[in-house]
Amino acid sequence: MLKSAATPRQTSGSLLTRQMRKLMAAGTLTLFATILLMVYLMPLLYSFSASLKGPVSNLDSMFVPTSAQSVTVQGETYELYEVPIAGKTRTLALAEKRRAFSTFIDPAHPETKIRWQGNWRKLTRATSFDPQWQNYPAAWQAIHFGKLFLNSFLIAFIGMIATVASSTVVAYGFSRFDIPGKPILFLVLMGTIILPGEVTLIPLYTVYYKLGWVGTWLPLLAPLFFANAYNVFLLRQFFMSIPRDVDEAAMMDGASPFRILVSIIVPQSWPALTATALFHFFYAWNDFFAPFLYLTGKPDLATLPIGLASFSTVHGPNQSQLTQAASIMATVLPLVVFFLAQRVFMRGVVVTSLEK
Amino acid sequence: MLKNHDRFWGLLFLSPWILGFLLFTAGPMVTSLWFSLTDYNLAKPEQVQFIGLANWGHMLTDPLVGQSLLVTLKFLLWSVPIGLVFPLGLAVLLHSEHLMGKALFRTLFYAPQMIPGVAAALIYTAMFNPQGPINAFLNGIGIGTLDWFSDSRLVMPALTIVGLAGVGNTMILMLSGLQSVPRELYESATIDGANGWISFWRISVPMISPVIFYNLVLSVIGSFQYFTTAYLLYEGQGGPENSALFYMLNLYKEGFVFFNMGYASTLAWGMFVLCMVVTAVLFGTSKRWVYYAGGE
Repeated sequence: MLKSAATPRQTSGSLLTRQMRKLMAAGTLTLFATILLMVYLMPLLYSFSASLKGPVSNLDSMFVPTSAQSVTVQGETYELYEVPIAGKTRTLALAEKRRAFSTFIDPAHPETKIRWQGNWRKLTRATSFDPQWQNYPAAWQAIHFGKLFLNSFLIAFIGMIATVASSTVVAYGFSRFDIPGKPILFLVLMGTIILPGEVTLIPLYTVYYKLGWVGTWLPLLAPLFFANAYNVFLLRQFFMSIPRDVDEAAMMDGASPFRILVSIIVPQSWPALTATALFHFFYAWNDFFAPFLYLTGKPDLATLPIGLASFSTVHGPNQSQLTQAASIMATVLPLVVFFLAQRVFMRGVVVTSLEK
Repeated sequence: MLKNHDRFWGLLFLSPWILGFLLFTAGPMVTSLWFSLTDYNLAKPEQVQFIGLANWGHMLTDPLVGQSLLVTLKFLLWSVPIGLVFPLGLAVLLHSEHLMGKALFRTLFYAPQMIPGVAAALIYTAMFNPQGPINAFLNGIGIGTLDWFSDSRLVMPALTIVGLAGVGNTMILMLSGLQSVPRELYESATIDGANGWISFWRISVPMISPVIFYNLVLSVIGSFQYFTTAYLLYEGQGGPENSALFYMLNLYKEGFVFFNMGYASTLAWGMFVLCMVVTAVLFGTSKRWVYYAGGE
C-alpha cells in the first residue's frame, strides 16, 4: 500500500522510460541471482544426480547419471568400450580380453572381428544416460522411510512449538524487565552456548539415564520446554529493536505484561519468530547425534538421519546412491514448509509503533 | 513500586529458563568442571582420581593445544568475515524490489542448508575429488587440478567453500531484519537526496545491527567450536600436517578416542574461559555500534 502511494505520476514519456529502466534492473538482477543460484545449488544438483546412479558407478563421475553399456549379440553379452581406431573413436564390444591386444566386434556387423593393439584396461567404458529412478522406492523400503518420516516430523514439530513458546517468554523477560542480577543471568545463558556440548555429554547422559529417559523421546523434547539459549539470545535481539513507546502506552492503559507480549511484541516479531521456528524444525529434522545417542536399539522411535546413516553401516558400502535418494526425499518436506512459510518474511512488520 | 512490579514479572518470564538450567544444565556443567580436576579415564570410570590443577598445567604446555588453537584462530579469521558479508549480500539481493520470483529464490538459496549431514559429507568429499566438479571448473579456467585433501594450504579455502553452503540461517535472519526496517525511513532518506549506497550504510546496517551482532557473536563462538565438517571431510584425522586439527577435534580425540575425559574437560573449560573473554569484549564494543530502538 505504501508502494503505490509513493509513486509520483509524471508525464507519460518519462513514465515509460522509468518503467523501462525498472524492467532492465529487474532483468539484470534476476539474471545475476539465477547465475549465482546455479553455482550455489551445485551440491544439491550433485546429490540429485548421485541419487540416480547405479550401485557400481561411484560419486566421482560428474553430474550426469550414466551407466556402463553392454550389448547382447547372438545370445552373448559383451561390454562396450570406446576404442580409438585410425584416428576415430568407435563404440565396440569387447569379445576377447588379452594383455597386448584384444578382439572387438562391431555390434552392427557382428560377423567381422576387429583386432586392436594395446591394453583394453586403458580404454573407457561406453556409457549412456541412464537414471536409476528405482533407487527412490528402493531407498524408501530399505529404511522404512514412512515410519522414520513420521517420527522425525513429530519430534521436530513438538520441539518447535515448545522451544519457540518458552524462548519467546524468556527473551521477553530479558529484553523488557529490570531484574536484579540480569547481566549475570545473561552471562550464564551465553555460557551455556559457549561450553561445548561434548564435555557435558556424559554427565547429561547420566542425568537422563537416572531419570529413565534413555530409549525414549524425552531427552530430545523435554529440555526444549525450558527455553534454548540460542533462541533466547536471538529473540532478545529482535525484541530490543522494537520501540518501547507502544508497550509503555499499553501499560499505562492497564494491560498486563503478558497481554503486552501477546498483543504487541509477538505480532511485531512474526518474521523473527517464524525464522526461529523453522530453524529449530530443520535442525531437529537433520540432527543425527542426539537421536543416535538416546534412541539406539529402538528402531520404532528412530528418526530419518539415523536411517540415512544406516545405509553405510547396515546396508553395506557403495550404497551412496541410496543415501542420496533418501536424503533428497528427506529434504522435500522442509523445502515445501520453507516455501510456504517464507511469505511471512515477505510481509513486512506492522509499523504500529511509527504511526504516531 | 514500578521496580518491584518489574522484578516480579521479569523473574516470572525468566523462570522457565532458570528452571531448565537448574534441571538439565547446571549439574552436568559443574560435573565437567570437577572432571577437569581429575584423572578420569572413560574406560575405567570407577578409578576417578583427583589430581588438582595438573590437567590445567599440562594444557598450557601441550604443543597440540597450541597447534589446534592456531588452526582454530586462523579459521575464525577466514570464516567470520565471509560468514557475515556473504549472507548479508544474499539478503540484500533477496530483499531487492527488483528481483522477480523472490519466493522461489529464497527457498532455493536456503536449500543447501537442508541437506542432511550424512549425505552432505559424501557430496563434499566427492566435489573436491580430483575428478570432481570443482577441479573440472578449475581445469576449465586453466588453473589445473588441486589436491584439496593433502595440501595443507588448501584446508582453509576448502572448509570456507563448504561453509558457504551453510549460510542459509544467517541469510534468513538478515532478511527478516531488513524486512523489519520501516519503509518510511528509506522514503524520507530519498527525499533528502540519499542514494542506495548511503541508505544501506546509514539506515539498513544500523537498523539490523542487533541481528548482525547476534550473528557475529554466534559465528565467533561457532568458529571456536568448529568440528563436524572438518571431522567428516578429513575422516576424523587432523588433515595434512595437522592443518585441520581444530581445537574441538583435539578435544574430541582426547576424550572419545584416547578416553582422557578429565583432560578433555580441562580443554573444554580452557576454551570456555577464552571464548567468554572474547564474547564479553564483543558485548562491550556492541554499545558503540548496535542500535536498539527499544533502548538498552
